[in-house]
Amino acid sequence: MSTATVAELTEVAAPEPFWTRQRRLGLGLIIFGGLAAVLFGALAPSEAARFTLSEDAEGAALSINGQFGAILFGVLTVAAGGVLFAGLAKRRQTLLLTLGILSFVLSFLCWQVAGKFLPLVDTSSGTLQLALPLILGALAGVLGERSGVVNVAIEGQFLMGAFAGALVGTMAGSVWAGLISAAVGGVIIAAILAVLAIRYLVDQVVVGMVLNLFALGITGFLYERLMQPDAAGYNTPPQMPTWSVPGLSDIPVIGPVLFQANLLVWVALLLVVVIHFGLTRTRWGLRTRAVGEHPTAADTVGVRVRGLRYMNVLLGGVVAGLGGAYFTLVATGSFSKNMTAGAGFIALAALIFGRYSPFGALGAALFFGFAQKLATYLSAVGSPVPSQFLNMLPYVATIIAVAGLVGRVRAPAADGLPYIKG
Amino acid sequence: MTAEPRKPDEDSFVSHFVRNLWSANSVTVTFLSAVLAVVIGAVLIVVSDSEVLAKFSYFTARPGDALTASWELISTAYSNLLKGALGDPEAYSAWFSGTGTWQDALAPISETLTYAAPLVFTGLSVALAFRGGLFNIGAQGQAVLGCITAGVVGFSFGLPIVLNLLIALIAGLLGGALWGFIPGILKARTGAHEVITTIMLNYIASLFLSWLVLQKGIQDPDRTDAISKAVAESAQLPSFGGVLRVHLGILLALAATFGVAWLLNRSAFGFELRAVGANPHAAETAGISVARTYALLMAVAGGLAGLGGAVQVLGTAHALTPAVAGNIGFDGLLVALLGRNKPWSTFFAALLFGALRAGGNRMQSFSGISLELVTVLQALIVIFIAAPALVKAIFRLRASRNLRSGVTLAKG
Repeated sequence: MSTATVAELTEVAAPEPFWTRQRRLGLGLIIFGGLAAVLFGALAPSEAARFTLSEDAEGAALSINGQFGAILFGVLTVAAGGVLFAGLAKRRQTLLLTLGILSFVLSFLCWQVAGKFLPLVDTSSGTLQLALPLILGALAGVLGERSGVVNVAIEGQFLMGAFAGALVGTMAGSVWAGLISAAVGGVIIAAILAVLAIRYLVDQVVVGMVLNLFALGITGFLYERLMQPDAAGYNTPPQMPTWSVPGLSDIPVIGPVLFQANLLVWVALLLVVVIHFGLTRTRWGLRTRAVGEHPTAADTVGVRVRGLRYMNVLLGGVVAGLGGAYFTLVATGSFSKNMTAGAGFIALAALIFGRYSPFGALGAALFFGFAQKLATYLSAVGSPVPSQFLNMLPYVATIIAVAGLVGRVRAPAADGLPYIKG
Repeated sequence: MTAEPRKPDEDSFVSHFVRNLWSANSVTVTFLSAVLAVVIGAVLIVVSDSEVLAKFSYFTARPGDALTASWELISTAYSNLLKGALGDPEAYSAWFSGTGTWQDALAPISETLTYAAPLVFTGLSVALAFRGGLFNIGAQGQAVLGCITAGVVGFSFGLPIVLNLLIALIAGLLGGALWGFIPGILKARTGAHEVITTIMLNYIASLFLSWLVLQKGIQDPDRTDAISKAVAESAQLPSFGGVLRVHLGILLALAATFGVAWLLNRSAFGFELRAVGANPHAAETAGISVARTYALLMAVAGGLAGLGGAVQVLGTAHALTPAVAGNIGFDGLLVALLGRNKPWSTFFAALLFGALRAGGNRMQSFSGISLELVTVLQALIVIFIAAPALVKAIFRLRASRNLRSGVTLAKG
């Protein structure tokens, strides 16, 4: 369709109300940008904020005066908001919104880092590490929810995956055995969820919440009975090796972050692409979306609704189980009670905030991972901003997103509804 | 697990009774769910014990060894669970023969009631919201807010004895009501799904609490760890003292159950919320404001959960810590599901969970079986109850006329 036709169509269409989504977004950015410029600018000391390219204070760095930077980026946020508000760039809405949020974050950083330094490599690789389970968990959610099965048991799948990974990894002495059994652990919870939700028509949210408690109980019980008395025999899993790609890992900042990592990072990033491609371009994806939006119609044209839902929930279990493996095989090196501590629910938040799409989930997971990383950085440098408030960010952002204060998130139409063949 | 043979020609009173007993009515399903959970729990106890497991390695040669050891392990574990929940027969006989005190004999029951009291409130909170078609996963966050407001009021004002307690309880109620009102109004105004908003609000509440207890004026000045000042004596719920920790909270819980039962079945608002829960479109057509009902219902449910938090702080904990609310909100979810969202059934479900928890403590210290087993048992019972068709299939029960999914929910 040519642009001329679109322009004609908009002219014919009914006049839009004044407060369009774009205007509200723009106004929000203007308010936040103004606050940033005034508040952060006033609070920031007029000292250099250094963003070093290495892992410590040494070496090349991007340096900017903290006060100047805080005001500059605040004003940039206001500018992005202004353009949105004026409706000057209707086509570039997402870009402008991203720019606005990014410069707001930069303004905040200039204030916090002024007189100190922030190692970029450490921050980005930490962000990616913290986001890793969130990406995998959110992808598990995408698989289930796009086919119409709500999965609030991501937390339980994480715990089961982490536990199974540690237990079998230690007993077999192999990290790969651990990884596979972590996936199996996730599948066990997914299978219970699938059978109860699809076969026995129990409310999916109820099953999910109860399964979380079940996983918490059973991993905690076995931890105290097996792992605590004999940690050497059951709870010292081997760690995932860090591999580096020769050549590519020498690129500054990006190299050490992306090409000097463990297998799980690449698997997660690859899965984002694969699931996105699968959902949008393959027969499986079309059927999954059809089942998630209108199962009766899908059934009429011969799609096996329940079979597809079983398959997707179980695949989701594999992915979430791998996410659980992160906790014991990558992050800590041993299992402990309730070690996921709500990460499954942040993954759920990332899924919703990312609008039930793989790339959206990736972006949201990275954003939430960055907020967590920033929280640890700020408490390490003794910032006045309490880390608890930064840790609230994913949850607050999700409430704002689902409440439609900035653009409503729409779940698949048949999400959470059991399918009964009529 | 043999199927009861059906003989339609034989219709005596006894056979009629037996057949009804063996049909999948809710009492039978509940009982069998508990039995299944206990059996699975027993299997878990055995497979996680290396000594007993070692005996199973020569099972074919001497099966008696393994079976005796397993039986011993399971029976001591479960008898400790019972003793911890209801009382030790030895302590009772010591009391009656005059060698022991009545306090020692009744201590387990006191523990059961102590653990049950907050669960009644959170359970009622979830159950009430369920009846209006809302799934209040946020009972945990609302209870945390109730803990915060009740606790802060409890140590801030030096009011006289009854007044201070009353104000602290009301503060807890209002704190929870506020935290419930947010998802309610969001659902009413924007249609934001309450499951998602309440999950998020749970975490916001607990992060806020973990920040708050470290602040000046809240934190105990004599301590460096995360604990607040103690609630004033006059704001604490009165109890027997000593080993009998049970406090006034359980009587308040009883009163709350009466109140919720009245609200649900006798009041105009109760009728409205049940109508909205059954069919929001029909209720709207009949002139009931669905939006107003959602907002009000969530505020009331939040207030109940907030009272649960207040009872926890003023009755048992007496000071705020990051984990002061424990798991009472999520346990309340299970309690409501077990009680099939009816007020009195929820009350008794909370008593059962309190008993399991109190017994679990004794099982942990006497048999070395982790308290987590109780969580597993609770979750399993509820899973089976939520899927009566599953229990029916396992025991090959006859279909009952009133057999339906244990949880029916109007979903938006």
